[in-house]
Amino acid sequence: MFHWLEKNPFLFAVGVFLTVAFAGVVSILPSFAQTSRPVIGTTPYSTLELAGRQVYIKNSCNACHSQLVRPFKAETDRYGHYSLSGEYAYDRPFLWGSKRTGPDLMRVGNYRTTEWHENHMMNPAAIVPNSIMPGYAWMFKNIADIDTAYAEQLTVAGVFGVPYNKPVPMADGSTKTIKMGKTVEDARALALAEAKLVAADMKNQDVKDMVKNGKIPEIVALIAYLNSLK
Amino acid sequence: MENRPLEYDYTVAKWFMFAAIALGIVGMTIGVFIAFELAFPSLNLVFGQGLAEYTNFSRLRPLHTDAVAFGFTVSGIFATWYYVGQRVLKVSMAESKFLMFIGKLQFVLYILTVVAIVVSLFMGYTTSKEYAEFEWPVDIAIVVIWVLWGVSIFGLIGIRREKSLYISVWYYIATFLGVAMLYLFNNMEIPTYFASGGHGDWFHSVSAYAGTNDATVQWWYGHNAVAFVFTVPIIAMIYYFLPKESGQAIYSYKLSLLSFWGLMFVYLWCGGHHLLFSTVPDWIQTMGSVFSIVLILPSWGSAINMLLTLKGEWQQVASSPLIKFLLLASTFYMFSTLEGPVQAVKSVNAIAHFTDWIPGHVHDGTLGWVGFMIIASALHMTPRIFKREIYSKGLMTAQFWIQTLGIVFYFTSMWIAGITQGMMWRSHDEYGNLAYSFMDTVNVLHPYYTLRGIGGFLFLTGLFMWAYNIIKSASARPVEESELQSASPMGA
Repeated sequence: MFHWLEKNPFLFAVGVFLTVAFAGVVSILPSFAQTSRPVIGTTPYSTLELAGRQVYIKNSCNACHSQLVRPFKAETDRYGHYSLSGEYAYDRPFLWGSKRTGPDLMRVGNYRTTEWHENHMMNPAAIVPNSIMPGYAWMFKNIADIDTAYAEQLTVAGVFGVPYNKPVPMADGSTKTIKMGKTVEDARALALAEAKLVAADMKNQDVKDMVKNGKIPEIVALIAYLNSLK
Repeated sequence: MENRPLEYDYTVAKWFMFAAIALGIVGMTIGVFIAFELAFPSLNLVFGQGLAEYTNFSRLRPLHTDAVAFGFTVSGIFATWYYVGQRVLKVSMAESKFLMFIGKLQFVLYILTVVAIVVSLFMGYTTSKEYAEFEWPVDIAIVVIWVLWGVSIFGLIGIRREKSLYISVWYYIATFLGVAMLYLFNNMEIPTYFASGGHGDWFHSVSAYAGTNDATVQWWYGHNAVAFVFTVPIIAMIYYFLPKESGQAIYSYKLSLLSFWGLMFVYLWCGGHHLLFSTVPDWIQTMGSVFSIVLILPSWGSAINMLLTLKGEWQQVASSPLIKFLLLASTFYMFSTLEGPVQAVKSVNAIAHFTDWIPGHVHDGTLGWVGFMIIASALHMTPRIFKREIYSKGLMTAQFWIQTLGIVFYFTSMWIAGITQGMMWRSHDEYGNLAYSFMDTVNVLHPYYTLRGIGGFLFLTGLFMWAYNIIKSASARPVEESELQSASPMGA
């Protein structure tokens, strides 16, 4: 029946490729522009939050925690409003995860405090009895990579037009501007100023001292990111 | 001259086979370790606080998935290609110095890339995308390796004596093209160091897609990585090794045609079933769901074709451990290609998504189908590559039963764990409040996590038996006069 095709590797390969590629073209492309528009009130990440997001990724937090609230009563009761597409407009990459070994974190900033995260990240079982989450003590020592976060901001602002240093509309009709440093020194200063606000709510003296001395431990950046998830 | 059988050159096949053994052991050892970390969290600190960053669950989990997917499985795919390709095209690697060089170069680059991947994942350099965690320098290395493999496939086809491409070759070609397309598009990323004019880490990159789009592309990739790494090339293997080992011809050519083209067309639609009830457009979700059901047809088409190939020869299942592996592999393939579509039904997915039923489903496919096929392929190739009989048939049988038991432990425990947790998450009490806290749903999982770890350990034990059997065959048995030609050494 198709023996002629099986004797012609070139045509065969072309046929396979077209058959395989078809679904991707038809199903992915049509909705591409529409699903990437931000909803009102969604802002880009600050330098420190982005550095924290990179800490989150570096430690594969997404292997156990989702960031996607599905539109079911049980989920909105537990985690808050279900997710909207535009809320993810500045998420590169997306961090929905595929497994909830731990709870969803889409809106964790609404119901956990800096101090709670601080204690929990050091030793989760001390805060949540029987928790199977490991501790992340090294985040209190490792220094967050602000320069790479800044590089990422410059990249997304330059290539994808992410609105840094521009007013972004908020739900109440006001606007909010997320600042991005003009130079890398600027960016470091902005991140440090934000880190000081986070550290003020923390108890760990080593962390406080580091921030006072101009160093930002990973935990501070991570908490800034987690607090931004609302 | 013409009537003499060709002397095939299995150098590259042999190298990749040993890579599959080594990486299988590494990947599954990590898998067993992280399985027990979930059951007994103190294991996260078993190597001390100083090393905890590198031994905790979250850092090791991508290392496990990538080591078994791109280490064990892809090595197995390459090993069987460098064995099967020559034989079905009736041309020896030794006939072309160029293709021999390409094959060896591909292996060397592959090993170097594996080292780069292991180091970078331990360090935490990841893009976070499942099965696409590697940063851009590694991605480029992978593309080069893949292109070399393409040169090898089409090069060997170019100098073939057998003009008609055997079914296995269709599937190898599809693997090459499918993975190339998926990998390129999903890993579109912009290196931030260069785009920002030289700030920060040079290997860091940012995804070309944002949010919902990123998710759509990633699961178009993620689902079809399963298609083109865990399904298509594994079917290539069974279409070659089952007829060879059993001495039976493929049951139906038409069924293999239908299954092949059906699989090629249908699989790619199904990515949406990973994103049900997400913010991805509804119609993409529904397409994913519907086509997942349709996918049963081509999947079962292949599997039934395999089972019927054994028609009239069922006594071989009892007498040959290798046929046991091949038969159970195709049975597990049917099993997991029915389970997957069931999970893709929206109402089932509402319970199953985010739970342990998903890793359970993945593992009955990967252990029972992919694992058994690579194990069986290597055991078929070993006597022919080394011109020696298999060291111990008894060891093979024992391995088969131990591993089968391990898989049963694995998927039954994960079924119960997943459905239990999914049901608990959605329960409300009589006043409409959530019936269980999240921790309630974690506490209940402990026995199942323990059982799963034991299941994984049994499978890993079998893997060591496999490695031992092959190494002993290669070293301890006397060399046969010539290559074993027809029936299996088991059948003889």
